[in-house]
Amino acid sequence: MGKTIAEKILSSHSGQDAYANDIVIADLDFVMGQDGTSPLAIQVFKEMQGEKIFDPERVAMVIDHSAPSPLEGVSGLHALMREFARQQGLKLYDVGDGVCHQLVPEKGHVVCGDLVVGADSHTCTYGALNAFATGVGSTDLAAAMISGKLWFKVPESVKLVLNGRLPAGVYAKDLILYLIADLTADGVTYMAVEFTGEAIAELSVEGRFTIANMAIEMGAKAGLMEADEKTLAWVERHSRRVPRPTAADPDASYAWVKEYDVSSLPPYVARPHTVDNGVPVTEVAGTPIQQAVLGTCTNGRLEDLRIAASILRGRKVHPGVRLIVAPASRQILLDAMREGIMETLVEAGAAVVTPGCGPCVGTHNGIPSDGENVISTANRNFKGRMGNGKAFIYLASPATVAASAVAGEIADPREFLK
Amino acid sequence: MKFKGKVHKFGNDVNTDYIISGKYKFKTLDMRELAKHAMEDLDPEFSRKVQPGDFVVAGTNFGCGSSREQAPWALIYAGVSAVLAKSFARLFYRNAINCGLPLVECDTDQIEPGDELEVDLAQGVIRNLTRGVELSIKPLPAVMIKILQDGGLVNHFQKHGGFNFD
Repeated sequence: MGKTIAEKILSSHSGQDAYANDIVIADLDFVMGQDGTSPLAIQVFKEMQGEKIFDPERVAMVIDHSAPSPLEGVSGLHALMREFARQQGLKLYDVGDGVCHQLVPEKGHVVCGDLVVGADSHTCTYGALNAFATGVGSTDLAAAMISGKLWFKVPESVKLVLNGRLPAGVYAKDLILYLIADLTADGVTYMAVEFTGEAIAELSVEGRFTIANMAIEMGAKAGLMEADEKTLAWVERHSRRVPRPTAADPDASYAWVKEYDVSSLPPYVARPHTVDNGVPVTEVAGTPIQQAVLGTCTNGRLEDLRIAASILRGRKVHPGVRLIVAPASRQILLDAMREGIMETLVEAGAAVVTPGCGPCVGTHNGIPSDGENVISTANRNFKGRMGNGKAFIYLASPATVAASAVAGEIADPREFLK
Repeated sequence: MKFKGKVHKFGNDVNTDYIISGKYKFKTLDMRELAKHAMEDLDPEFSRKVQPGDFVVAGTNFGCGSSREQAPWALIYAGVSAVLAKSFARLFYRNAINCGLPLVECDTDQIEPGDELEVDLAQGVIRNLTRGVELSIKPLPAVMIKILQDGGLVNHFQKHGGFNFD
């Protein structure tokens, strides 16, 4: 019987002929923790009587969620991570290096066919590189660091066939917000989603990261794509490891398959307070905003900054709006500086903060006030997500965020691209 | 594994930011301190009302959102003995089992706030003592029962020195 991508990767890493709903104990190619989850994992590592991590080359920690530290308590947790990394000889990405989900692929830690866990729910991002990558908690992270293995229930898979090409002014973010609105926040709970079709083939690898990143927002365990020439070229540029492209068999079994035609999709916006509360931008256009955020593991890549800059060039951020920009990594910040993108953004009135997660997770760098509306390129708009339960978060593409920052209200980016 | 307590009921899609807000989880590893803020965006009085042994009861997709293990820990330290829901998000599910917090999938429409329940995981039954009705429970996979019986993954590792499901 044929296998899905998830079944193939979990079979090859467990030595079992595994199908959906089997439980396997599988070998991990890479393990990652960030500063919200690693300190607890380090504590658990000690409680589990861990001494040495299984392989220093296969474990990294990233200080990105509160970077640089806004609080004394956080500084202590960061110090704990630095000390653990030093003792164990594992790679620590420190303040200013960037967001974990940008760094793990960018630094070449993940290639096609890998099995990766990260103690962060958006670890599914690497599915864009044809890797089975999923989020775990701190106890799992500790067990993974000690043993190099974890238990997995092999997920059922669903296939989303995305036909057609996205229209001008409509991006990967709009597509995934639309899919989540259609399938709902628990539409594919526990399952692996395979994204396929012309719309995926047409996207850059960066755009594909945006899609895979948000698979968790419909409940998925992993968001997977097959490797094509773009994937392999990207991996070759970033990693010295040999990719193992893993495609689904033609007779693989799916829980269901759904086809979409994306060729007339409008820009999409997720309204407060759930990610599946999405509507075409025209339905919320005119909603006043006080803050706009460009960045995060969803949309803080060079292509995203470039799109925003194309709208902000020669324009000014509305006087009633704070535009906060957090590039997803130091490398992206450097590339954007060299390309003149940062100059454009800053001239337009953006406030640039350290590459990291801050504004998205409410740790610092832009906690909104009571009653304020925020439009953000992030992946979550839960009540309180940005640090204030009385604020309202709208999620959108970099283009819609940039257009809205100029207009002072939610705006259709297609008007700005004419 | 048998628990008895009162019901604190919530709706669908209770995400981990509601269980414990990100603004607290980054500050401390003190779970007792985090437990004071458990569920506070949905019910500011929760941590004062909850008694040891009580149950959190919810609709579908409980625990959706981030991977924060502080979410099950905050509930455990608040005194919650088990969470009953129509369905769970997978990360929360995994974390709860690894932390030793039992999760029960069942039809929670038949349970009201304040009901007194007795949950018997071994027998696979929920007795609603207030209403005098019994609900059957969907059984957990063997691997998860083993981890729960060991008292969570930490104890499992201490006991076996690694994964052992033989």
